[in-house]
This record gives sequence, structure tokens and C-alpha cells, in this order.
Amino acid sequence: MTSKQPSHQPSHQPDLPTGEQLYETLLAGVHALIAPLERQSVHLVGIHSGGAWLAQRLHQDLGLSGSCGLLDISLYRDDFDRIGLHTQVMPTQIDFPVASQHLIVVDDVLYTGRTIRAAMNELFDHGRPASIKLVVLIDRGGRQLPIDADFAALTINLTKKDNFVLQKTETGAFTLHLEYGNA
Amino acid sequence: MLNPQLNRHGELTHLITTEGLSRQILTHILDTANTFVPLAQRDVKKVPLLRGKSVFNLFFENSTRTRTTFEIAATRLSADVFNLNISASSASKGETLLDTIANLAAMQADIFVVRHEASGAPFLIARHVAPHIHVINAGDGRHAHPTQALLDMYTIRHFKKDFTNLRVAVVGDILHSRVARSNIHALTTLGVPEVRAIAPLTLLPSGLEQMGVRVFSDMREGLKDVDVIIMLRLQNERMRGALLPSAHEYFKHYGLTQEKLVLAKPDVIVMHPGPMNRGVEIDSAVADGPHAVILDQVNFGIAVRMAVMSIVAGASA
Repeated sequence: MTSKQPSHQPSHQPDLPTGEQLYETLLAGVHALIAPLERQSVHLVGIHSGGAWLAQRLHQDLGLSGSCGLLDISLYRDDFDRIGLHTQVMPTQIDFPVASQHLIVVDDVLYTGRTIRAAMNELFDHGRPASIKLVVLIDRGGRQLPIDADFAALTINLTKKDNFVLQKTETGAFTLHLEYGNA
Repeated sequence: MLNPQLNRHGELTHLITTEGLSRQILTHILDTANTFVPLAQRDVKKVPLLRGKSVFNLFFENSTRTRTTFEIAATRLSADVFNLNISASSASKGETLLDTIANLAAMQADIFVVRHEASGAPFLIARHVAPHIHVINAGDGRHAHPTQALLDMYTIRHFKKDFTNLRVAVVGDILHSRVARSNIHALTTLGVPEVRAIAPLTLLPSGLEQMGVRVFSDMREGLKDVDVIIMLRLQNERMRGALLPSAHEYFKHYGLTQEKLVLAKPDVIVMHPGPMNRGVEIDSAVADGPHAVILDQVNFGIAVRMAVMSIVAGASA
């Protein structure tokens, strides 16, 4: 668990790091995080869609074996009664046995923590992992559950109306935008 | 015209028929089913999506297989399932259909899965239930069997990838078949350019041409170069009427044999909604042969029914 508290920067900060800069920070962070673990038992699991992009590239850059896991948590959400099943659900792909493995869950933005709660519930339906760690590109504060990232490339307090949007260009590079909501 | 299956936001809240549903809605159901198919390979085959919801299987007409697949689908979504064998209970004591439904709704039902020998029964129920209750038609009279059609569409898409370059033949008792009707609507909506109906003239309904269907009474001619063959079950009771001479005679002209199958495309798939009458509408060599995808249909049927339940249960009241 990181002890870093979200810094109190204004949400309209003009000089944010770029998506690629943050990715490099994330890569270094994950590298350090998995260093003490037995490499064969480490698996990345990306949450659709931003986390899946990140996990796939991390998997390649870290030279991990096998395939990386992709998770769609739509079937485990806690707000199904309110929003239903409208958006396109992507199939979850976990092509390795989860039991006794070290899983690194990857997501782009950590906010309320509800997505991570759903992701952990889904992972346990695949087996009993040895451990689960969470790495994210951005921790934007605003947690509603006792969940924290083991590594965040950027920690920043964002107001409720604003959002980070991660995109992937045709060449595979990451771009990051801060979208300001209407007050 | 307002589609009674959609709520005021245009979301699917009941599934009564494939007729009048947009390509977008049909594709959404198939895409959602896609996410449920891999669940069957997991240790834990359940997801918590419908936890706390109550699904009532109301089968006024017997069907072990369809009822079981709905039951498996609801259970895998973590819903509580109640199977009611209505033909043996209230209805025989004289209770009206809507009274039965009102009583079950009072038991906090969320979804009714209805099979009824009367065409239109699920629609009648859908019109009378409260907005938070959803009705899924599991086959009504000669009218519709939408989840069977959707699982057939899923199977076709799985093996053929694209609907827009296919020739699909529906073979058998089309006149009495709710499966045929629902399939023809779905195939047409999904953009299949050529749907063929193959049957003796006594088992062909009128008006098929207006639905864009090419009609054949010669099976050999109708099977030429088709990509998909959907066989229908010949209901034994039809044989007793004046519509058909005998099972033997029917098999000779309309039974699917290896010898007739070679007229279709080399990669043709053969489908059947079950239960099969071997030696009546289909030869065992074909039913067990490499072109048959009949057991895949059964497997996909669970995922498709999970998709339908998830989508209607998520529609706003």
C-alpha cells in the first residue's frame, strides 16, 4: 500500500505530464513491484479498456511470459440496478490458472474503488490467487471504499465534475486529457 | 408504432418476438451473449449480476430442455429460480392466466419466463405486469420463440462471422413452427440476403414471399449452394392429420440425408432446435456428422438466455 496522500493541486493544472511520461513512470514502478516475486507466477490483469491497453504494453515491455489477463467487470458492478447493461461488454480473458499466482491488476484511473472491488470479486471466481496488487496510471482521490493502489504514476486530487481520459493513438502511444465538466 | 417490448427509453424490457426488433437490439443481445460463453469453462460458472432477483419459469406447456436452459441461465446469473408446472396446478383448478400472474407478482417476481400453447399469452402478461417486471417468451403457440431464434443467430454468427453474404434454408413444418417464424424475422433484420423456406405445400403458410422468403417445395432445388440449413422438428401429431402421408414418405422427400446435403455449400452448417426425430426429418449420419452444430446450439442457448435476462432486467422501470 502506498502511503502517498493525494496532493492538493488544483484540477485545472496546466502542466500535467504526458500519457507517455506517465507510462514510463508506471513501467518503472511495476518493475520494482514485481522484482521480489517469482517471475513465472506474476500475471498482469488489465481492466477494460484503458487498463487493458496499459497491461498489454506492460506485459510486453516487462517481457513476461504467457498472455496478460483482460477483465471486463460489467457483470460484477454494484450499480446494475441503476444503470443496467447498456454499454458493450467485452469478454473477460484469463488464459492462465489464477490459483496461487501473483496478480497485478492494472487500471488507468483509480477513483471510488468500486471498479477494483468488482475486479477482485471476479478474479476470485477464477481461483484463489497468492496475492493481488493494484497499479494505476493516476490516483485521482475520491475513494468510497477502503482500497488503495500499490503504485500510482501520478496522484492528484480531482473534483467530481472533472475526468481524465486516456486514449491510444494508432501507433500505440498513450495520450492523456483532462476533461473539465460543467460546474 | 410503439413496440410493446420496448420501454419509453427504447430499451428492451420484454422479449416477446424477434419481429420488429432493430438490428441494433439483436446485435446487442448477441454481443452480450459472447461475454457469457466463456463462463462455462470457468471453475465458478456464476456471475452476481442478478443476485436477489426472482425468476419464475411458467411453463403452461411442457418442455424439459427449454425450461432447463432458462433455469441454468438464471442460476448462472445468481438469480433465484422458481419452476412452476402450471398445467398441473392452478390453471386446471380454473384460475385465469392474469390471476395466476398477479399472485406470482405479489411474491416479488422480477422476471417471468413464459411458455404457453396459446399464441399471444406472453404479450398479454407483459401488458398487465408492473413496469419493473419483465416477461420473456419461451415459445407461444404458433407465434414466436425468440430465444431459440437468437441462439440460432448466435450459432450462425459464430460459424459464419457475417450475415450479409449468406443463403439460409429453413426446412420442414414451417406452417406450425414458431421457431421458423422467429428465425425468418431475425435473419431478415440481420441482413441475410437470401432466406429460403423448404416444405411440402401443405406445410407452407401463405405470405412468405411478402416477408422476402424464397419458397421451394423441391428440397434438392432449395438446398443448392446454401450456407446454413435450419431443420425443423416434424411434430408427430401432424402426421395423424391429412397434411402428410407418412413419416417414411416425408423422410424420402424432406428428410436431410448425406446425399441431399452435398448439394449445399461444402462448409454448410446443419442446425436443429431439438428434439430431433431421427429418420423422419434428419438422417442419423447427418445429425452426428461433421456439418452438424446441434450441440453447439444447446451450449450457446444458455449464454443467449443469460444475455436476454441481463438486458431486460437492466432496463429502467
